[in-house]
Amino acid sequence: MTLLDNDRIAAGRLAHLDALESHAMFVMREVAAERERPVILFSGGKDSVVLLHLAAKAFAPGRVPFTVMHVDTGHNFDEVIEFRDRRVAELGVDLVVASVQDSIDQGRVADPGPGGSRNRLQSVTLLDAIAEHRFDACFGGARRDEDKARAKERIYSVRDEFGQWEPRNQRPELWQLYNGRVRPGEHLRVFPISDWTELDVWEYIAREQLELPSIYFAHEREVVERDGMLLAVNQWVVPGPGETPLVEKVRYRTVGDASCTGAVRSHSTSVPEVIDEICASVLTERGATRADDKFSEAAMEDRKREGYF
Amino acid sequence: MASESVPDHQDHSPGTDHALALADTDLLRFATIGSVDDGKSTLIGRLLHDAKTLLQDQIEAVATTSARRGHEGLDLSLVTDGLRAEREQGITIDVAYRYFATPTRTFIVGDNPGHAQYTRNMATGASTAEVAVVLVDARHGLTTQTRRHVTVAALLGIRQFALCVNKMDLVDWSEERFDSVVADFLAVTDRLGVEAVIPIPMSALHGDNVVDRSTRTPWFSGPALLEYLETVSPAPVGDATGARIPVQLVLREPGDGRPTRLYAGMVHGGPLCPGDPVVVLPSGQTSTVERIVVGDDELVVALPGRSVAITLADDIDVARGDVVANSASAPAVAREIEATVCWFNEDPLGAGARLVVKQGTRVERTVVREVVSHLDIERLDHSEDLDELAFNDIGIVRFATAGPLVVDRYDDDRTLGAFVIIDEKSDRTIGAGMIRAWS
Repeated sequence: MTLLDNDRIAAGRLAHLDALESHAMFVMREVAAERERPVILFSGGKDSVVLLHLAAKAFAPGRVPFTVMHVDTGHNFDEVIEFRDRRVAELGVDLVVASVQDSIDQGRVADPGPGGSRNRLQSVTLLDAIAEHRFDACFGGARRDEDKARAKERIYSVRDEFGQWEPRNQRPELWQLYNGRVRPGEHLRVFPISDWTELDVWEYIAREQLELPSIYFAHEREVVERDGMLLAVNQWVVPGPGETPLVEKVRYRTVGDASCTGAVRSHSTSVPEVIDEICASVLTERGATRADDKFSEAAMEDRKREGYF
Repeated sequence: MASESVPDHQDHSPGTDHALALADTDLLRFATIGSVDDGKSTLIGRLLHDAKTLLQDQIEAVATTSARRGHEGLDLSLVTDGLRAEREQGITIDVAYRYFATPTRTFIVGDNPGHAQYTRNMATGASTAEVAVVLVDARHGLTTQTRRHVTVAALLGIRQFALCVNKMDLVDWSEERFDSVVADFLAVTDRLGVEAVIPIPMSALHGDNVVDRSTRTPWFSGPALLEYLETVSPAPVGDATGARIPVQLVLREPGDGRPTRLYAGMVHGGPLCPGDPVVVLPSGQTSTVERIVVGDDELVVALPGRSVAITLADDIDVARGDVVANSASAPAVAREIEATVCWFNEDPLGAGARLVVKQGTRVERTVVREVVSHLDIERLDHSEDLDELAFNDIGIVRFATAGPLVVDRYDDDRTLGAFVIIDEKSDRTIGAGMIRAWS
């Protein structure tokens, strides 16, 4: 929803949220036109909430022509699963849940055990689900501002049958002429909101009045401080020796695996307050909240080579 | 006050002046180009650092790696070189996109590779840019690679160049040296028809004239780079031709009775309004725009760059690949096109090659009729003595297509004037074309 003043019309230039929205809609429409079986990856997190909303807009007044898939690590925040199911029902789209626990039970991957992160295991579950459902294009809500490796990835990322990203050999991607062709066994990962920043996402959420899982807003939670991050105490995160659980007022900047996603101390209970908070923050979204990206300088690149988003 | 649609969500809007201002700022896309080692990644790192856009954890990560490699202070090129191979080799292989904002503008920066073998990646980064920031090492002056990049950027339609004469600290801030590099550069851009060049003497490493004006260049009265980027007016986009929508999809409004068909696509070339008379190409049928919608909103005007769905007043056949265009200034329909081609494939391009082009939302088989000429990057002359384009060559090529294309000259319209060339055997994108003429 945008006011356009005469100056902007005279200048012939869109305001930046309109430009970002329009580009994302364009990308989703191209994929819908050129691929047989696209799927939207939906975790219930803010980026995928935006992605689903953009899909609804891109195909309105028709229905979203894609299946929605959640790659479920089994380590979930209850609030997020409740939200996921409600949102999918509102849009009337089909939901596929690809379960990491199933992959573990079938012996496809090894359970890292209590306290271990299942984040890396998602790649196998995702690739199995892509093969099973014959998806040929997967939309992800990844943004280039999240990580240095992500900053290098094209809007259309061609993946081989092992889901691997080959960063040294990406297709040229000129103008908005996206080459959506893939060979048998390959598929596309498509990132319509590549060029959005965390702040853009929140400003868009404000503008479009999008609902989010409640854990994005400040609430009291029992947490433990580990490796400089606040992890929620739950069945996967048990305080160890020397760790004292505290009840803190926190919120989440990103929604992921509950075993490794950190909360931040916050008093922001509304979208405008969150926007103020982000503007003032001295940490990036990932720096503040993701344990698994701290393994090495190339943690994300290495995981993407394995088939991760 | 004209409005695109009626606002009704005030309660939810951001609460601070800062956030509100940002939501309505301009978006400027720029690309850094130039030879390897001329300091492009360092410049972006410095720009982000001095504009206070880098956050604490990013600075700490760069500091840790810099220290491990024995560098003094921060090696700011590490901010953008995001791939393992890039950090190992200290070069940039592929475009990195970075984002920052000042109170007046938000920026998307494409940090492009300098190596000749990655020219395709540089073209990727430059094809969506409105401004080019060219780096030249003050000690070495213009290299073949700089000429190649500036040529590609100019062919891609960039008309605004900031010439950053970098590493001025290594030539004792010599005004003569600066003037000499600027003169060489203007000789190139003049040949390419580029008029807007702002030269800036700089040290990206030390931050001189990047965000703040330097005291070490008292002889220079121009802007620092960030001042330039905040104030440059990109060439007006989209008023060269009149409105066009390459149709992506046909949407159907559910409901009782006969479903309404909506044609989805992005407007470009000029603003589109309900009531505008349009022609559908290549068929040539005419109608009038009835409604323009985005989601639940109806627009009274759609600016270029806006993704919309439209209905037409008449029930005519429109499909993906067609173009709905303002009838007063419609594009042409052609099956023979002549284009400037940047060739990215290891195998050369010659007459008789059978390929696929994607242009607008249309995909057509094509055959190369003739490689007309070939651009000598050093002399910026077209020569006709070669009948093939080799890897990374630029030349003029004539194509025939199996079905009709709806075309504009690239100089008038970047969307219908551009195409990519796809190899049907590998599905890879192996070239890019900019249309000059047709028949």
